[in-house]
Amino acid sequence: MGSHSDGTPHQSGTVATTGTTEMERFPDPGLPPHRPRLTDVESKAAKRAERQVSLLFLISILGSVMFFVGYFGVRVEGPLYDVTNPTATDALRLQNLLLGLGIALAMFGIGIGVVHWARTLMPDHELVESRHAVRTEEQRADAQSILTTVYDESGIKRRPLLRNTLIGAAVVAPLPFIGLLKDLGPTNLDPLKETLWDEGVRLVRDPSGTPIKASDVTLGSTFHVVPENLNELSHHEGYLDEKAKAVVLLMRLDPESVNVSPDRADWNVDGIFAYSKVCTHVGCPVALYEQQTHHLLCPCHQSTFDLTNECEVIFGPAARPLPQLPITVDADGYLVARSDFHEPVGPTYSQRGTHVEEMQGEAN
Amino acid sequence: MSTSTDYEYKPQTSTGRIANFVDTRVGMSPIVKEFGRKIFPDHWSFMFGEVALYTFVILLLSGTFLALWFDPSMASMEYEGSYVPMQGVEMSAAYVSSLDISFDIRGGLFLRQLHHWSALVFAASVSVHMLRVFFTGAFRRPRELNWLVGVGLFLLAIVAGFTGYSLPDDVLSGNGLRIADAILKAIPIVGAYLSMFLFGGEFPGHDIIPRLYIIHVLLIPAAILGLIVVHLFMVVVHKHTQFPGPGRTENNVVGFPVGPVYAAKAGGFFFIVFGIMALLAATTTINAIWNYGPYDPSPVQAGSQPDWYMGFTDGAVRLMPGNWPFSWEWTFWGMSIPFNVLLPMVPIMILFALMAAWPWLERWVTKDDREHHLLDRPRNAPFRTAMGVAGVVFYTVMLVSASGDLIATHFHVSLNDVIYWLRTAYFVGPILGFIITRRICLALQRKDREIVLHGRETGRVQQLPHGEFIEVHEPIDEYKRYRLVAFPDYQVQPAEPNGKGKITGLEKARGRISRWFFEDRVAPVTPAELEAAHHHHEAVTAGTQDKELVR
Repeated sequence: MGSHSDGTPHQSGTVATTGTTEMERFPDPGLPPHRPRLTDVESKAAKRAERQVSLLFLISILGSVMFFVGYFGVRVEGPLYDVTNPTATDALRLQNLLLGLGIALAMFGIGIGVVHWARTLMPDHELVESRHAVRTEEQRADAQSILTTVYDESGIKRRPLLRNTLIGAAVVAPLPFIGLLKDLGPTNLDPLKETLWDEGVRLVRDPSGTPIKASDVTLGSTFHVVPENLNELSHHEGYLDEKAKAVVLLMRLDPESVNVSPDRADWNVDGIFAYSKVCTHVGCPVALYEQQTHHLLCPCHQSTFDLTNECEVIFGPAARPLPQLPITVDADGYLVARSDFHEPVGPTYSQRGTHVEEMQGEAN
Repeated sequence: MSTSTDYEYKPQTSTGRIANFVDTRVGMSPIVKEFGRKIFPDHWSFMFGEVALYTFVILLLSGTFLALWFDPSMASMEYEGSYVPMQGVEMSAAYVSSLDISFDIRGGLFLRQLHHWSALVFAASVSVHMLRVFFTGAFRRPRELNWLVGVGLFLLAIVAGFTGYSLPDDVLSGNGLRIADAILKAIPIVGAYLSMFLFGGEFPGHDIIPRLYIIHVLLIPAAILGLIVVHLFMVVVHKHTQFPGPGRTENNVVGFPVGPVYAAKAGGFFFIVFGIMALLAATTTINAIWNYGPYDPSPVQAGSQPDWYMGFTDGAVRLMPGNWPFSWEWTFWGMSIPFNVLLPMVPIMILFALMAAWPWLERWVTKDDREHHLLDRPRNAPFRTAMGVAGVVFYTVMLVSASGDLIATHFHVSLNDVIYWLRTAYFVGPILGFIITRRICLALQRKDREIVLHGRETGRVQQLPHGEFIEVHEPIDEYKRYRLVAFPDYQVQPAEPNGKGKITGLEKARGRISRWFFEDRVAPVTPAELEAAHHHHEAVTAGTQDKELVR
């Protein structure tokens, strides 16, 4: 402290702005007179506040006890979220409630108690402290002369060779650490072009893995499909990476109501169409099939694709149709892929355009 | 040569002896002298920064507990814990340990929910604190650098939240990462490589969770903690701002001393915030990861949306039409650029850049380079308040858009219509927000003038001897009056020629912005005006012939 003033206004031009002088403004009346609180004038009220505060602290202790009642007193045994036996689930809920409420009470007791103490029993006189300049001119001059001395004594100005080689070294020295980051991941982008789909790979249901006959796919039904060879992969061998590219939606449409471009004429089996389930916007699974309108809707950002028009985008932020998987039927009547996709699935990356050209070159 | 220990003080009590021991070794007395009775001004709006600090402390505490059990590994295993619906399901160790924390570790569910709720409130309190600082002009000289530190903390809070949200490896967190992957891939030329680097190969790979984990538990918290230290250090250097009022000047600080009052109030408030977070964690389920299942690229729930602080980015990408009026994915010479993903990020970056640069922009327009320790009431800076509201409206439209699908299902309206309206609001909302806010501010300033000039409306109606009814106005006391008249009166600063006598184009633009901001303004009442108003009152009560004057 030590620098407190009495709260009367200083001679200050800082509030005034252009066109307004001190004379045209109201004078600062200074701090309003202090109004005593009930606890300041009545010892009874002060006593009462004291009792209230200590009661709050006692409640805090009770809260901590409640935590241990919940921790040791409630037994969570047996299966959780088992529909036939809710005992353990109910116990878990009760325990979470007791633990949390206990801690909440322990905290509230201390917090409200201390604040109540401060508001009723500690002095509520406002005090005044002066502000000081962030920097005085004297300090600046001192600092500047110190820096000049440091600069001169280091000799960095007199010996430019030292300075320049040091700058050179400092620029180069971090490069190895940036170089070390290179092995964070591969630099080969080719995997983005390839999925597990290939000629003759069966379409199987996700997650059961059973193959699908053309006759299973009735009008209006939809199947979440993966390639049969996906299930041969373990999680360590990149099951999820492959699944993230290979997921496909399968549904039958009335062939009369569908526009099919000539180069895709043999990509469907009597109105059964397979489309990549990975949104071309930012890669969410396009999981919603609107049966009546034949629209596919992405639940993440509501891009809407028109199945009757080769999954053209009709609403939302996606810019490209979903890639179609060419399918046919094998000798046993099961649906199989005719080939891999003819373009990379999922969201756009810069090299995609080149990849599309390469893939379509291979397909033809 | 040895320095003699010339400390002569001999403490009497054992506490005194310990304190003296420490003091003579590290010098505590100067610190106590500096901070023990330091004055902090009091105002309810100064509380938000405290909430942010306290929730961060709770996050560090609860996060440390969670790290004792969480296993940041994507190794695949079969779940054998006590949560029946997932038994036998293959999933990552990260998801297994998240389920274990929720179900098999006593109090683990409470800790997870405490951590998640605190993260939501942390991001919210940081945001509201920033708005408080903005709307009261607390960022002005000398506090511009601390405003920048605050912008950094705001961005870090978002990154902290997103990295943490991604760790449990459930379906929702995986879909969030999928979107992050796609946005990364959209970056021209390097995007696909960046994605490969981040994920250690193709999405999702086996590396992302351990990598996000170290970012989430070490790098980000360390950065936040470092910036908080700088932030608070600057608060000490500058001393806290205060609202204008009687006895409060640019040269003083009026308030309560740290010891005991402020320490008790602020310290007690920490426990109250902790209590509220604990109450939420005890009673309100948040991020029920066990309902979602382990990450799998195929399923996703309808109505999925990110935590609120990421919502504005999600909403922005939802609003962008991908195929209207033409396809926004352009391919030149084999290079594909998805403007439908990239373009919505540009206004967000502009918004953040404007936010960071605002102290300098405002100083440039107003030519006001003085130190300001007295805050503005938002109404007394209509231009700034209106600009702030325009920014808030813009942000809010994006945030609301992230729930466009839920609005459609809850209110039974067409999703497409909701998006069309929000697209309109995205452009029109900020403009309307600016105009309406400025009008409200000016109206409130006029109301203040009215109160100063004619006093408070008492609600008492009197009949004058000649039959007229009037409402009695009571003059306000000088303290209340000073609150209403003590504010800086910014005025238009027309373009001025520079040293060479030339008005540059930039200076002309500045002049125009200054005119746009300050042409409509309400000046504070001057003593002379008050004097004149009193004469009017006397005239009114004196006789009927003058009453037209008051109308």
